[in-house]
Amino acid sequence: MFSRQLARRVVLRAPRRWSHTPAGLAGLNSVTEEDLAHFAKILPSSSILSTLSPSPTSSSELEPFNNDWMNKYHGKSTTVLKPRTTREVSEIVKWCNQRKIGIVPQGGNTGLVGGGVPIKDELILSLANMTKIRSFDDVSGILVADAGCILQSLSDYLTPHDHVVPLDLGSKGSCQIGGNVSTNAGGLRLLRYGSLHGSVLGLEVVLPDGTVLDQLTSLRKDNTGYDLKQLFIGAEGTLGIVTGVSILAAPAPHASNNVMLALPKFENVQPLYKEVKRQLSEILSAFEFMDRTVYDLAVKHGQGRALNPQDIDGAECFVLVETSGSNRDHDEQKLNSLLESLMDTEEPLINTGVLATSPAQFSALWAIREGLTEAVSKEGKVYKYDISVPRNKFQEVVDKTREHLRSKDLLHEDAVKYVVGYGHVGDGNLHLNVIAAAYTPEIEAALEPFVYELVASYKGSISAEHGIGMMKTHALQYSKSPTSIEWMKRIKALFDPNGIMNPGKVLP
Amino acid sequence: MRPSAVRLLNILVPVKRTVDYAVKIRVNPDQKGVDLNVKHSMNPFDEIAVEEAVRLREKLKGEVKSIKVVTIGPPKASETLRTALAMGADSAIHIEVPDSAPAPEPLSVAKALRAVIQKEKDNGGVDLVIMGKQAIDDDAGQTGQMLAGLMDWAQATFASKLVVDPKAKVADVTREIDGGLEEIKCRLPLVLTTDLRLNEPRYASLPNIMKAKKKPIQKLTPADLEVDLTPRLETLKVTEPPKRVGGGKVESVDELITKLKEAGITPVKS
Repeated sequence: MFSRQLARRVVLRAPRRWSHTPAGLAGLNSVTEEDLAHFAKILPSSSILSTLSPSPTSSSELEPFNNDWMNKYHGKSTTVLKPRTTREVSEIVKWCNQRKIGIVPQGGNTGLVGGGVPIKDELILSLANMTKIRSFDDVSGILVADAGCILQSLSDYLTPHDHVVPLDLGSKGSCQIGGNVSTNAGGLRLLRYGSLHGSVLGLEVVLPDGTVLDQLTSLRKDNTGYDLKQLFIGAEGTLGIVTGVSILAAPAPHASNNVMLALPKFENVQPLYKEVKRQLSEILSAFEFMDRTVYDLAVKHGQGRALNPQDIDGAECFVLVETSGSNRDHDEQKLNSLLESLMDTEEPLINTGVLATSPAQFSALWAIREGLTEAVSKEGKVYKYDISVPRNKFQEVVDKTREHLRSKDLLHEDAVKYVVGYGHVGDGNLHLNVIAAAYTPEIEAALEPFVYELVASYKGSISAEHGIGMMKTHALQYSKSPTSIEWMKRIKALFDPNGIMNPGKVLP
Repeated sequence: MRPSAVRLLNILVPVKRTVDYAVKIRVNPDQKGVDLNVKHSMNPFDEIAVEEAVRLREKLKGEVKSIKVVTIGPPKASETLRTALAMGADSAIHIEVPDSAPAPEPLSVAKALRAVIQKEKDNGGVDLVIMGKQAIDDDAGQTGQMLAGLMDWAQATFASKLVVDPKAKVADVTREIDGGLEEIKCRLPLVLTTDLRLNEPRYASLPNIMKAKKKPIQKLTPADLEVDLTPRLETLKVTEPPKRVGGGKVESVDELITKLKEAGITPVKS
């Protein structure tokens, strides 16, 4: 939470017009004072924030809801509702459906593609007041919780029960489990525990007509017809509002180790990954890549504790490997023999590295990786591309993008300062970040559709884990065929004929 | 004290394997100790001591002849020695005690260290002992002072800065004291205990970890040193600090007043 709040504060206010306002908002109505009077019958006054009469709040109080944390997307909503129960959510949605008012469901508002903020003046439905943990079974490991539970608080809740949430994100202090599910968030534990499509066992969803779809089963196995909940995982709130989540927590690892490795060249990442996977097998829990530029930025902005500068001379990129298992001696032995074999060859794949010898060092090494997002946003205005490409193309994508910007004469102090890459090698997921002095139409035009076409040329995905939101609707076509998009639209129309749910997001 | 006139420094760094400072301490049900089946690492102050010795060598180059680390502890304490060797120490001594042995007390540790220093005379003696000001498990904070007393050497405790002049055989030390800093000049041989601000210890790099595996660790027993590590104190009871009781919310001023009265708080008439 701390880092996010900090980031929110340091990002300079620089309003940016989003050029392509999607047409999804046509035919929707604005919230009126009459609507507000109706909401006042459903909710206590403390759950309503509105700039409309009878008791208007100042628009500054709505700012955190109207703007995303990067301050890149700006909505103009007049009203934020914070229901506490599924029933309240249902009543609100029912009314909005009758009145054709667009609703933006909002969790921790930590999204990176503008999926959680309004495009115009849609109603914001914040899940922040739904924070009850409904049940936990320490035999099956099944946790059932309200959608508004903050990821960190779930994690804290599970710690004494010796379990962990199968999901970990840099934004864990602010993001909410409902938002995580709705965006199918990936994050740092995906390599180990798989995606939410596997670990979410059931959902409670308020459908666009106000009906509550209760699929909060706690079953590992349930092959009875269509698995509807899967539709809502990653739907970004366009099909309904997730209000409750049943998720399979994993047994807490009793021993965790990590090691930061410095590599002489990018070509070594792939063989290193192969070797690490072969030797560590079941205890490998993360394999994170960062290029030299972004590592240096993290160090510059004080994220974590860096390796000794003289040791990493000539290192082109870094890899953070984490292991987690149940037996410390076993894990350490495996890790040690891996490191020994890595160092003890004719042409080592790595230059050097550090092995965390204490929990403090363990956190300090992770802090570098987790602090990258914050470090780049301190450096300038960031164009973020979260893409899936073949692992051996990570560097190529970064280099080609940089060269492209150079050819457009946009690579200098006053335009694009850095083009960096980092990400989850294990998942084939690269975060391509373009750090500019300011958001400008020229840079945007140089990047898009260039990046998307580049990704499409590798048959990659234009959004590996960040989703589509409002940022990438026009680019969906680069990763999905016309047939796929057509069927997505049909599903949307089936669930939400009035188009009130998170209008203008996901679908072009 | 030293037999040879060669002006080269031999540094001894005593280290201790302790429960890692980030681990939450749990008291055993028998209330005689704490759960030791948790992550251990080098006592943070000792890590600072090792770092300072290595930095001295980086500054003085060949004038530091050797950096030797020593520990008293169970077989696993050798991991702590390996960490120190990976940070840059040359060799190590492990005074091994069984896993079941009780933790030795400061005076017996100081006597064991005295015996080690005397044994080191054959290797050119010891000119400088750098050690943590205290171990974070028992927080005794006495060993350094006792060792200086037993050896009749100079002592500089709670150091936050160290400058050694090997030719003049003196050290300038800045000490953290109540209300400020104290600068003292000491003649070697010297026992120096480290405070937090002395330095920030480095990570042990992988190549150095590998090299450390080949560095020698000499194993000794308390009997070899003719010291008795049996504690003189008996632990009667170990308990956790009392749990904080959470507060409650009241709906009105009246309720607050009622609660205050229940708690035995009465208004004072002025």
